[in-house]
Amino acid sequence: MSDTAMNKPVGLPALPSYLDQSDAVRARFERLKQREVILKVDGLNKVFSSGQRETLALSDISFETHRREFLCVVGPSGCGKSTLVRILAGLEEHTSGDVLLLGEPVSEPGRDRGMVFQGYTLFPWLTVKKNVMFGLEVNGSGAYEAEKQALQWLQLIGLEKFADAYPNQLSGGMKQRVAIVRALANQPRILLMDEPFGALDAQTRSRMQAHLLEIWRKIDITIVFITHDLDEAIFLADRILVLSAHPGQVQELIEVPVPHPRSSAQFISPEFLATKARLEELIHKGEAPDEEDSGTYSMVARMTDIADDID
Amino acid sequence: MALTDSDNAMRSEPVGVVGPGDAAPLLEKRDGATLRPTGAGKARNRKGWFQVLRPLTPRARLLLGMLSFVLPIAAWCVVSYVPYVWHPQIAITDPGATDYLQVGMRMNKAAFDDVVAEAKADHKAPPQGYASNPIYLPAPHEVAAAFYTSFVTPPATKDQPWLHQSLWHSIQVIFWGFVISSIFGVPIGILCGTYAAFARLTEPFVEFFRYLPAPAFGALAVAILGIYDGPKITIIVIGTFFQQVLIIANTTRKLDVGLVEAALTLGTKRFQLLWRVVIPGILPDLYRDQRILLGWAWTYLIVAELIGTTTGITWFITQQARYQHFANVYAAIMMIGIIGLGTDMLLALLGRRLFPWERSLDKSA
Repeated sequence: MSDTAMNKPVGLPALPSYLDQSDAVRARFERLKQREVILKVDGLNKVFSSGQRETLALSDISFETHRREFLCVVGPSGCGKSTLVRILAGLEEHTSGDVLLLGEPVSEPGRDRGMVFQGYTLFPWLTVKKNVMFGLEVNGSGAYEAEKQALQWLQLIGLEKFADAYPNQLSGGMKQRVAIVRALANQPRILLMDEPFGALDAQTRSRMQAHLLEIWRKIDITIVFITHDLDEAIFLADRILVLSAHPGQVQELIEVPVPHPRSSAQFISPEFLATKARLEELIHKGEAPDEEDSGTYSMVARMTDIADDID
Repeated sequence: MALTDSDNAMRSEPVGVVGPGDAAPLLEKRDGATLRPTGAGKARNRKGWFQVLRPLTPRARLLLGMLSFVLPIAAWCVVSYVPYVWHPQIAITDPGATDYLQVGMRMNKAAFDDVVAEAKADHKAPPQGYASNPIYLPAPHEVAAAFYTSFVTPPATKDQPWLHQSLWHSIQVIFWGFVISSIFGVPIGILCGTYAAFARLTEPFVEFFRYLPAPAFGALAVAILGIYDGPKITIIVIGTFFQQVLIIANTTRKLDVGLVEAALTLGTKRFQLLWRVVIPGILPDLYRDQRILLGWAWTYLIVAELIGTTTGITWFITQQARYQHFANVYAAIMMIGIIGLGTDMLLALLGRRLFPWERSLDKSA
């Protein structure tokens, strides 16, 4: 899918600009921006130092997310998307700049920021229900209250039948659904998701995207979602933060012109394709020409004696 | 030199695969192995025993597991019951005219042949006997019988223990040695695995100490703790503890750090992590380590029981060896193996009940 830019069908009418927004979409963004700011990142820098060498991983990152906004972060590999979200979660320290959640600086992990990882990280020794109860229990809820809430959450994702199963008995998609509600059960102000569907197959992945949007619509949660899948980002996001690599810098904060509610039919809508074309332009520009990937395979000999050429 | 030549020849082959002619045999070989339409099942069976990193069928597992015991016992039977496989000695049944021979005595074949030749030369009655193994290698049926008789034979004097009492004494020494070692070793190991600072403070010394042979502390232990069970338990503790710390520390370090991070983002306090995540997370592996370490504790038993007054199964073994009741010696040694393997199998069974989430993993695999 990612190479559609290269073999763009000719003869189709030109795409609208990704900046064109319908009235409904524009009104929606206006309402969104009037909501309170949940997360504010201001002049964030991250320097990794190993021995003598210092590498600037993130440089002067600034953005804001509003309440109930769905923000996707995309960028070429090595742009520090994961580092950014880990800093937001408090799992890694930043070198300078500010990360403010509701005006309070973030320094270490806390229940106000839920996180979903690519590896499901469910606790294998706990049943599905106990996994969802975990956050409530460590934060001092009574077992009865925690259990009641956990069952409600499982109902929301349709997994109440699996309440007493162990994570190992679940499929990848089910595990990730449990991981999402485990984070949500804590009622965080923001949900950080680090390529949560990256390990899933294509069908499960698209079902999970629909699931996630459904959950997001039902509850009051702001989501920061890291992905390298551009379709995923456009399908899910209100706004997309595009990073460049070496060092990770904000290239653009794109307001996705695709109207809500989202459906898979929109994947071929002009707004969708226009946004995707813009994202691809930004990302390929940001991608340093890599020697390993430099195009042709001319030096590889043909190792076949099959007479009928298939190309 | 020849080796490097053929090595080069082999290496150069794929490089040479440019023309279609060269590639053909390579492809053919692959197709022949994987895509042969008929007899595919047979082909798989033929390779069945030697598939790299593949699990066996349940039947093959059972069969091979039983063979692992049957084969050594069969070898022992052959050596014991088939004459001329070994049988290097002659057991005398009739001393004949040779006055220094007695019924039941065993002597080497060559010496026996000399005696017979000598007697014949003197026209006296030659001694008679049958080929036998040395007394220190009893036949399987004798050892099997000893499993029963050694339990029902009363001790030589009244103040000496019966076999079951000796065994029970040994089991107690092992038990206390292992429990004392675990009381300290398990928590220290977990702390080392969890906190790098604690590990750095502890592990270099533990690494050093683990190379000191436990029996070397025997004399010291007797001087401090007397001659009874104290020094014996001490030896087992020294033999187990230092390995235990290192093994459990490593097991703890293998815990998926993602689980710790997930717990942190759920609001777990740092001091809660140990109880809530680290310990439950490593418990099945910790249990497995403990089973292995218990096996090691048994290997220290005999040396430990020789320290101070000899007691337990070691006393029984040395005593029986002194009377040349070697069938009893073998039986006693095997009993250690049976108790050890039996305990381990029981613990493995118990482990499956204790850690149901591990079992569900097996099922899906």
